[in-house]
Amino acid sequence: MDTPASIWRPPDLSWRWWPVFLRNLRVWRKLAIPSLVGNIAEPLMWLVAFGYGMGALVGQVQVGGRSVPYILFLASGSICMSAMNAASFEALYSAFSRMHVQKTWDGIMNAPIGLDNVVLAEMLWAAFKALFTATTILGVMLALGISHAPKLLVAWPVLLCVGIMFSSIALIFNALAKGYDFFTYYFTLVLTPMMFLSGVFFPREQLPPLVRAVSDWLPLTNAVELVRPLFMDQWPQHPLRHGLVMVLTTAAAYWVALALTRRRFRG
Amino acid sequence: MPAPLLFEARDLRKRYGATTVVDGLSFAIAAGECLGVIGPNGAGKTTTVRMCLGQTAPDAGQVRYHPPQGGAPLEMPRDALAIKARLGVVSQFDTLDPDFTCAENLEVFGRYFGLQPAAMRARIPRLLEFAALARKAQARPGELSGGMRRRLSLARALVNEPHLLLLDEPTTGLDPQARHLMWERLQQLLQQGCAILLTTHFMDEAERLCGRLLVLDHGRKIAEGRPRELIAEHLEPEVVEAYGNGALALAQDATLRALAQRVEVSGETVFFYTQDARPLLQALAAHGHLRTLHRPANLEDLFLKLTGRQIREDG
Repeated sequence: MDTPASIWRPPDLSWRWWPVFLRNLRVWRKLAIPSLVGNIAEPLMWLVAFGYGMGALVGQVQVGGRSVPYILFLASGSICMSAMNAASFEALYSAFSRMHVQKTWDGIMNAPIGLDNVVLAEMLWAAFKALFTATTILGVMLALGISHAPKLLVAWPVLLCVGIMFSSIALIFNALAKGYDFFTYYFTLVLTPMMFLSGVFFPREQLPPLVRAVSDWLPLTNAVELVRPLFMDQWPQHPLRHGLVMVLTTAAAYWVALALTRRRFRG
Repeated sequence: MPAPLLFEARDLRKRYGATTVVDGLSFAIAAGECLGVIGPNGAGKTTTVRMCLGQTAPDAGQVRYHPPQGGAPLEMPRDALAIKARLGVVSQFDTLDPDFTCAENLEVFGRYFGLQPAAMRARIPRLLEFAALARKAQARPGELSGGMRRRLSLARALVNEPHLLLLDEPTTGLDPQARHLMWERLQQLLQQGCAILLTTHFMDEAERLCGRLLVLDHGRKIAEGRPRELIAEHLEPEVVEAYGNGALALAQDATLRALAQRVEVSGETVFFYTQDARPLLQALAAHGHLRTLHRPANLEDLFLKLTGRQIREDG
């Protein structure tokens, strides 16, 4: 008998993730309208309350040497935050329900679909939901006239990548979870601080130098740095650097998530 | 001519830490055969099923599937997906999708096998009919009884028209009506030539369905054969149970002991195993206040003889 395969082996992927993705899509279609309201109501409240309320106090914000209205500054950051939250929520609570509570994954793996493809399907599904949420919020932002920049079209695929990145990270915690309580820690101890350190609500220039150096490497910071200029119809100053941080974070997170999920299922 | 070999496990071994759960287990299933695996809790039944499915990697041993159409045998874990594409599985706990109706559960599961919706739409009415769920096509699993959910799981395991079904305790927790309906359906499948690997705690289920039985204990095979032959081989044909006030004293009664080949005590009941129960029953008639039950030896007696009557700590 050969030695048991390492959990760190490369992913074994094929088209077989697709029916699993379709399954999630089909369940979601039944609940899409209520879930749509839930998905966009909260980010919109943040935007309206902070954007118009705080915006009146703050007035203009400096971005790359340009003065922009606070609501535009906030909208371009908070859309990344919404994508992050939507992907994280789906890849934690919902994926955990399917994996652990409903045992949907076990059923799927009795069919000719391996764990690697199930994990990929969950990752892409959570990213899809993030993109969906971001798209609806973007639609509202367009309607409110916050930005009509043509370069917003480029922000769209970037937001998909933001979803992929955060769903990969969330799947690490999904693989480690014993119950739903564990995810509260992730949201309050990881995502919430990141939200405040990534320049969503205020420019990172306000941060002390040391904190700012840490902030440079946060996944959400790099996402915001890519998306924000597009809202102002400008190209990001360092697209390569931020893109590379996102790609490497995603690849590393996906690899770790897959390895830990394999460990969890190695009975 | 014996039926061709369909599935085999050879010398399977699995340890968890210091505990050996499966210890050198081998068995084979022929096309169209029903093989039952019985054993106390913790005997290694579920681990064996999981190894057959490639869900648990054995420390040693092989699992092979021999396609009935011919061709090279498929082997776990190398050909895990190809093997699973040809199997039907009903696991111990239902994994139905609570958000889908019965019909959607089948359609979505068919997709996992690469079956197109059009092909599935033709199969679904037949599968629901088979599962006696034709009128529940639009119901969700949460609205079904335990027996209906198990039958939906069985129908789901049949979407790919498998030649072999793996059933892990398919009737645990069902009421007698639901169990009988399940057995009837499994017998239909056997008649159609589908082979079954079944684990169960119910001896009547094993006796009714299985052509051959494997008795497991502590991860080892301790007996194998046809149910009736196993009983004949290991047990006296007749059993007299005596219970009631003072029954336990009978176990020490030399006259009675001489009339039985074997005497066992469990709780308040004395079991006399004998070739011929008549003299024993006559002798017992003198103890009129006792209640007796005279019956043929059955699989449960065999199971208890082989694996003991005491409750296992891990059970």
